[in-house]
Amino acid sequence: MQTIDKPEKVILLGSGALKIGEAGEFDYSGSQALKALKEEGIYTVLINPNIATIQTSENIADKVYFLPVTPEYVEEVIARERPQGILLAFGGQTALNCGVQLYRSGVLEKYNVRVLGTPVQAIIDTEDREKFVGKLDEIGVKTIRSEAVTTVDEARRVARGLGYPVIIRAAYTLGGLGSGFCDNDAELDALAAKAFSYSPQILVEKSLRGWKEVEYEVVRDRYDNCITVCNMENFDPLGIHTGESIVVAPSQTLTNAEYHKLRKLAIRIIRHIGIVGECNVQYALDPDSEDYRVIEVNARLSRSSALASKATGYPLAFVAAKLGLGYGLHELKNSVTKSTTACFEPALDYIVCKIPRWDLGKFKGVSRELGSSMKSVGEVMAIGRNFEEAIQKGLRMIGQGMHGFVANKEFAVDDIDAALSHPTDKRIFVVANALKHGYTVDRIHELTRIDRWFLEKLEHIIATERELERYDEITEVPDELLREAKRKGFSDFQLARTVSRCDAEHIEEGMLAIRRYRKERGITPVVKQIDTLAAEYPAMTNYLYFTYNGTTHDVDFARDDRSVVVLGSGAYRIGSSVEFDWCSVSALNTVRAAGLRSVMINYNPETVSTDYDVCDRLYFDELTLERVLDVTDLEAPRGVIVSVGGQIPNNLAMRLEHENVPILGTSADDIDRAEDRHKFSSMLDRLGIDQPRWREMTTIDDIYRFVDEVGFPVLIRPSYVLSGAAMNVVSNRDELEYFLTLATSVSKQYPVVVTEFIENAKEVEIDAVAQDGEVLIYAISEHVEFAGVHSGDATMVFPPQKMYVETMRRIKRIAREVARGLNISGPFNMQFLAKNNDIKVIECNLRASRSFPFVSKVLKVNFIEIATKVMLGLPVEVPHKSAFELDYVGIKAPQFSFSRLQKADPVLGVEMSSTGEVGCIGEDFHEAILKAMLSVGYRIPRQSVLLSTGDARSKMDMMSAAKALQDKGYKIYATQGTAGFLAANGVRAEVLHWPDTGQRPNTLDYLREKRIDLVVNIPKNLSKSELNNDYTIRRSAIDFNIPLITNARLASAFIHAFCRLGHDDIRIKSWNEY
Amino acid sequence: MSDKKSARLLLEDGTEFRGWSFGHPQSVSGEVVFNTAMTGYPESLTDPSYSGQILVVTFPLVGNYGVPGFDIEYGLLKFFESDRIHVKGVVISDYSFKYSHWNAVKSLDAWLCENRVPGLYGVDTREITKVIRERGVMLGKIAVDGTEVPAEFVDPNRENLVAGVSCTEVRTYGEGRRRIVLVDCGCKNNIIRCLLARDATVIRVPWDYDFTQLDYDGVMLSNGPGDPQQCSATVANIRRAMALGKPIFGICLGNQLLSIAAGASTYKLKYGHRSHNQPALEVGTNRAVITSQNHGYAVDTATLDAGWEPYFVNLNDGTSEGIHHTSLPFFSVQFHPEASSGPVDTEFLFDKFIENIDACKR
Repeated sequence: MQTIDKPEKVILLGSGALKIGEAGEFDYSGSQALKALKEEGIYTVLINPNIATIQTSENIADKVYFLPVTPEYVEEVIARERPQGILLAFGGQTALNCGVQLYRSGVLEKYNVRVLGTPVQAIIDTEDREKFVGKLDEIGVKTIRSEAVTTVDEARRVARGLGYPVIIRAAYTLGGLGSGFCDNDAELDALAAKAFSYSPQILVEKSLRGWKEVEYEVVRDRYDNCITVCNMENFDPLGIHTGESIVVAPSQTLTNAEYHKLRKLAIRIIRHIGIVGECNVQYALDPDSEDYRVIEVNARLSRSSALASKATGYPLAFVAAKLGLGYGLHELKNSVTKSTTACFEPALDYIVCKIPRWDLGKFKGVSRELGSSMKSVGEVMAIGRNFEEAIQKGLRMIGQGMHGFVANKEFAVDDIDAALSHPTDKRIFVVANALKHGYTVDRIHELTRIDRWFLEKLEHIIATERELERYDEITEVPDELLREAKRKGFSDFQLARTVSRCDAEHIEEGMLAIRRYRKERGITPVVKQIDTLAAEYPAMTNYLYFTYNGTTHDVDFARDDRSVVVLGSGAYRIGSSVEFDWCSVSALNTVRAAGLRSVMINYNPETVSTDYDVCDRLYFDELTLERVLDVTDLEAPRGVIVSVGGQIPNNLAMRLEHENVPILGTSADDIDRAEDRHKFSSMLDRLGIDQPRWREMTTIDDIYRFVDEVGFPVLIRPSYVLSGAAMNVVSNRDELEYFLTLATSVSKQYPVVVTEFIENAKEVEIDAVAQDGEVLIYAISEHVEFAGVHSGDATMVFPPQKMYVETMRRIKRIAREVARGLNISGPFNMQFLAKNNDIKVIECNLRASRSFPFVSKVLKVNFIEIATKVMLGLPVEVPHKSAFELDYVGIKAPQFSFSRLQKADPVLGVEMSSTGEVGCIGEDFHEAILKAMLSVGYRIPRQSVLLSTGDARSKMDMMSAAKALQDKGYKIYATQGTAGFLAANGVRAEVLHWPDTGQRPNTLDYLREKRIDLVVNIPKNLSKSELNNDYTIRRSAIDFNIPLITNARLASAFIHAFCRLGHDDIRIKSWNEY
Repeated sequence: MSDKKSARLLLEDGTEFRGWSFGHPQSVSGEVVFNTAMTGYPESLTDPSYSGQILVVTFPLVGNYGVPGFDIEYGLLKFFESDRIHVKGVVISDYSFKYSHWNAVKSLDAWLCENRVPGLYGVDTREITKVIRERGVMLGKIAVDGTEVPAEFVDPNRENLVAGVSCTEVRTYGEGRRRIVLVDCGCKNNIIRCLLARDATVIRVPWDYDFTQLDYDGVMLSNGPGDPQQCSATVANIRRAMALGKPIFGICLGNQLLSIAAGASTYKLKYGHRSHNQPALEVGTNRAVITSQNHGYAVDTATLDAGWEPYFVNLNDGTSEGIHHTSLPFFSVQFHPEASSGPVDTEFLFDKFIENIDACKR
């Protein structure tokens, strides 16, 4: 066998902030690749500004740069580090695009950096649509017939030639950005214009809507050996982006001939293109013949490959990295069995079901219809031994209040036919509704084109529910039916609702009663392994799931008081993502290091915490009370950690405690005292700690009376709303009235909480760890934006740069008192309003917060490690490190994905809307904020900036920034009022007219023609107002891919930073050099 | 729900698994084996190599795409590997009563009934697999409640299973340029299809037929069931053919028979290889292939006569995956290059066989 020419130093490009279409999966694949290189003794350098990831933690890469993954910065790092190799396939499209640019500009050649794995030319061949089609034509593989065009007129001509419906795709974009279906000329004109803003070339092709969509994950080594690790079939037919589809693995409706025809083609393609490593091939398959088309090939690790890794247990990214170094598949071991080879194709003896998680309710104006571009923000993977079990588990996992396919809260659909043929994020529940209303499988198939096989299985669930409904008491249900229901994925909750008919108040009691009864009858689930070989060879794997479709456990349970269960964070969604995965993994590491058995429960395939080598036991399963109790019944753990996985585990604390499950750290009662608004408030009163005035009210009159007392603006939080944001700030009586009409009812059952809103207050957070009520370590950070922007969307500065020492002192004191008052043992986070040294508490969470990884990494003290030691009762040594001693600044900036969310208003408010974040370190505030802003996609404007700066206060706030722009020689455009204000203050600006005036020069034309490099648009009031000119400007900026800032303080900070510093002034320093 | 009929799988060692009957409601006995393939039940169930065996399918969802039509192509059923179901019984976890596929004409249940073959579903097939893996293949019974259960565990390997599945008279397919004798030890249709696709005339002969007097260009030794030691008649014919020097290509049982003819001994594996994901390495190269397999016996290549060498070796357990002669055009593989069901990566071996034939003819 040939020897391997191993590089000594390799750079890996990460994917930056999490965004729609590019999320946690790349933390997972990058981490695996880094582990693979480390095992080979290779020195690794990682460039990734995403500070919340596991890959940017200590001991993963040898060196980490929190810098933008853009050619300029990567070149600087290459020049500094002089690596021999670079890995481009592990950081999503961001890394791939950056790599292609570095190759094209000759940087890689200049520094003699070898691209490991798939050659760049092969990447280019798959990315450029025309080259790709030509390449596959060479080997007689069918692609979707399409034509590249460069103008809208051409696009229309091609579309008419092909016949509608057609699909439009923009070349070189992330997961379908700028793509969509058009049924007629008008739709085509609109979509094509938008697609051209992303790419000079768009493709028009015949739509194959309704065909099956099937994907293969293919691996090839340098000896030309190929395997397909997994295939997957979309539940939703072609027409819905694969990221928006429910997906099963392996395929379920393909015959052997179809399966292997597509497999053979996939191998032919990977060989012809010359991939070394991994790629995926997506097919459209005719539901009425073996005809097929190749949709696309991704020459890199992808969301699908992360899913395939979790679905099969085959570590795709790890193996791909090794193949990139020159190993052959047959020279690597199967890391699950440790005895058999990595050159094999996993045999599954279960089915997995991936379900996307959407958060469309967080956005105003966004279309809920699913189509060819991706809007989901996360996903779950459910494992079962039949489809019914897997899908019902999965529908619970997505965590949007659903309990499975049936037994959910009544969900009204006005026009079922229309809802079936125009799928939205609720489509699966529309199918449930249709089945209940007597729609036949055939009819639903006609309207949805979902394969009848899936629909028949869903019908089984309905049929089982009907059987169950014949009984009123669980004790009357025959054991066999009860078993059948459990085998079909019914939870105890669903049984409590369907059989015991418990109402909301008694459901908890009811489900626990069912649990007890079931256990008496011996109806309990079994634990099975995912071993890659369907039990053919013994495997010592710790990768586990629960099923009722089996009779024997695959593993033993030591019950030796050494197990510590860590509850993970579930699906990534707005407000909870990779940062909690970092917390979970840090906790697992600490548990392990203490010589205890780390047990993880989580179900998110995009995470590192669900990588079976980060814990001693992984239950890839639900985070419901029922399932966690199943785990604790079997494991008899020393305790459960509920404070590192965000809100899902936190919410389970009390309920687990009721069932006598030992909770590690802060007691469940104390958690409840922080979570319960009334209890917490009265504690603050007792301690003499101030908070904004608030009241929970059940009548409209009370609300008006309260508002009269505290004055506008107020923050209003109904407990039930029809659609749109659940929380809002209202500034006047009209807005209040309008908003209350959105809340369907104000009553005893649905109270409304109204809180006094303090304007122009600084928002400050503290992240801390306490032991028996004594604070051990803390980090105070400030927001750039004033309060009113959700803390998850705010730009955070640590250590704070503009805060009174007295404010810090008071915050510290309050935190100490609260820690003592709640007897905290573990992590906690508090948020404050600070105005003139007046401190009010907004919120307190007795768990790790979103900013734990950020402050831990900036301070270089792992807060979760300390918190976990506290919770385990281990001796804790707290490094005496003070934020005051840091001679650098960390800034955490949010990443938005508005470009994916068609029509959504890209404005910030009290509801969080960012999908990810970065954290960068700089010598000072300006450098740090510049790095952070560039990392989330902002660009330093070349020539011109549009200012439209809202109310008088914002206009004032922006004045010095406007002056700085002028001094720096920028051309300033402004809307009428802003221009007047600027002129009065000595800043020249050219007036651009409001979009709806039709007057020229018009803002809209300038945006469309890209004559503006940065848009600053500050909404006039705090509420998310109706569609208007401001909205048009903001939305156009997003649609035409022009950087947009909507907050005056952030805009000002960014402008001052880039006016003071240029690209060349940014210091290229790795984390450990600070 | 109520019309579900209970049934059990009884293993020789006393282990019992309770589930429900589908297919033909009859109790049977056979050798219990498992297959980890995730697709291809119409092909597997009609594979004559499964003769006498009760097949446990580890992939839990079976029956999804029904059973295809009975179209004829080249005088063979187009979508099946022989003209009937050969397994004694089939054991699965989750049966799809409703199927969905454009090419399906009936359900798996209906097809099993027509072939009078029993099925068992609703059992923990992973656990059965683990039992077999730990204790080795064993005999077993499918016992359908309310039917007569065979008193004894029947060991099919004591019989000459090949004689039971082989054709009884010579039959010719196609009109290609190359005349290939196919020794039918329980041949899968796709071997014939693969040859016909390569401009061949296939002369299918019974397992014990002395084909050496025929006019032919090459010999194909087919797959088949059971213990290769039962086929001494075939081995004798192979030895005669070897003396003629014309190309020989063996598959599965054909590999074992060629090996025996080449002096090697065979042995029974603990639980066989039955799957679509078996990796084999071409000895002395870096070429690794993913193969479809279905065998319970293996060749001990250390016992081969001089002039023979290992051709492929299994990357998982190191067992032999084929042999070839160092100078004569004889080779055979333990896996199934004709696939069906399974991956088609090694179909190139048919090309190699054809090349050998063409080289010999020149």
